Amino acid sequence: MTPTISVSNLSKHYKVPERDGGMKAAVISLFNRKYRTVKAVDDVSFNIEAGEVVGFLGPNGAGKTTTLKVLSGLLHPTSGMVNVLGYEPTKRSHDYLRQVALVMGNRNQLSWDLPAIDSFELQRAIYSLPVSEFKKTRDDFIDLLELKDLVNKPIRNLSLGERMKMEIVGALLHRPKVLFLDEPTIGLDVTMQRRIRAFIKEYNQRWGATVLLTSHYMADVEALCKRVIVIHHGHTLFDGELNQLVTQFSSFKTLGITLPDPEVDLSQYGEVLTRDGARVTLRVPKAKTSQVTANLLSDLQVDDLTVEDTPIDDVIDSVFTSTKAAK
Amino acid sequence: MRRYIDFYLATMRISILEQIQYSVANYFYMIGMITEPVIYLVVWTTIARQQGGTTGGYTVGAFAAYYIIWTLVRNMNIVFTPFGWEWRIREGQLSMMLMRPIHPIHSDVAFFAGWKFVVILLWLPLAAILSWIFKPTFDIRWMEVIVFSLAIWGAYLIRTMLLSLLGMITFWTTRVSAIFELYFGLELILSGRLVPMTLMPVWIQDLSNYLPFKWTFFFPIEALVGNLTDVQLWSGFGMQLLWIATGIFLLNIIWNFAIKQYSAVGG
Repeated sequence: MTPTISVSNLSKHYKVPERDGGMKAAVISLFNRKYRTVKAVDDVSFNIEAGEVVGFLGPNGAGKTTTLKVLSGLLHPTSGMVNVLGYEPTKRSHDYLRQVALVMGNRNQLSWDLPAIDSFELQRAIYSLPVSEFKKTRDDFIDLLELKDLVNKPIRNLSLGERMKMEIVGALLHRPKVLFLDEPTIGLDVTMQRRIRAFIKEYNQRWGATVLLTSHYMADVEALCKRVIVIHHGHTLFDGELNQLVTQFSSFKTLGITLPDPEVDLSQYGEVLTRDGARVTLRVPKAKTSQVTANLLSDLQVDDLTVEDTPIDDVIDSVFTSTKAAK
Repeated sequence: MRRYIDFYLATMRISILEQIQYSVANYFYMIGMITEPVIYLVVWTTIARQQGGTTGGYTVGAFAAYYIIWTLVRNMNIVFTPFGWEWRIREGQLSMMLMRPIHPIHSDVAFFAGWKFVVILLWLPLAAILSWIFKPTFDIRWMEVIVFSLAIWGAYLIRTMLLSLLGMITFWTTRVSAIFELYFGLELILSGRLVPMTLMPVWIQDLSNYLPFKWTFFFPIEALVGNLTDVQLWSGFGMQLLWIATGIFLLNIIWNFAIKQYSAVGG
């Protein structure tokens, strides 16, 4: 079966002017301009099947957004092949654009001064949606995101989270088959993040849409993505299931211990990460987890003990840190 | 075609709704804009009076008529500017527009066209007040009204094409304000905005025939207040169509190059 998104050996390089600081360098640069090539994306390849929700992870400047922009047809790649739904995105054919959506958490397309319901009408006209189908989708989305009391208020009077929900409705009214989501929950409170996550999940399940998501909130990724692609300095570091990432990159487990005596020194058992009254968290090498657990239980009076995988945030952090150290 | 009509109507509706929301601000904007023609009007009517009531074939009343219609034509000439293109790219708004299956130019044309309907409504009482103060002389034929009604939209489209072409420079480089200012300087002299073209030196008048500027200002005004024959009226409108077609042609070519340069820096 042909993948919905196919990227092979994608590179996007920018030529940026560069000069030293100071007046002399500024004058010299007028006559002798120097450039540096920035490899925003370098030889990245992956395939995504229809209906998959894939997390695209990486630190700031890793190349995530650049890749999304190439996939959505905004940027022309320097080299490599990109194919989405059988289309070459850079050709920006209207048939292609009707089937995809790019949602950027910090960008808006709805009219600031008007109620969202008016802007939705414009979306209907842009995508030539049949009126009955448009109304049904719009009302479904409004119900799902609990926006009924807000759609008649001007966008400028809504909170950031409410605005974001409206933006998502506006971007999905044409029921795109492929969604590129760039930090869709950025700056939102936990409740609003959860709502938006639930909506994306529902949209994916109901319409079988393919979703490529970037987010710095690992809760987004854990809730939505079975598979993640990790990118750093424009290169792919990992492409696989999320739990595989934890197995591959985390050589530690986290033990949570509650003791009747909060003063006990636990440093001999592992690295003490936090101490909150009687509750202590310890980081121990994965291979030694059972031995350390047994020792703790035999040596001390323990009220409670939990064994957990390293939080995904820490795993991702260690992936990026180890790559940096290796460079 | 039906798709475009639907899109234009929906965008114009949005634009009218937005402008109604800011009708007071719009009014003050228009009042501020009247300062410029009122200064020209006072200067030229004073000169005309000192020269026995006529300058370059324009009577005091003809000058008043020219500059009062000027205010409407100027408002019809307000389009999305190159500065707007610069802002649009910097703020990432263009990326959002490019994700739609419709060319951004259509959005601009439709949005500002909707705005014009509000502008015309707001202009009517202002024109009445200016007429009461400056006593213009009008000698208008039906054919002139018809061609004028078309020519103000022709002017709007020519200027949209020109400023969009200029705006596309921002795909290659930011900070292009200096180029824009040069353009606006040329436009001021060669369009009839500063003075009626017939008062300009002959060589400037000749030059202006080969450039698009005068078809955005002088021609629509003259179509209503001048003494153009039917042939001159329709051939002038024909020139407007020619410049619109040239603008669309150039826009298509440059857009294809520009879009490849787009780096979506703003998002």
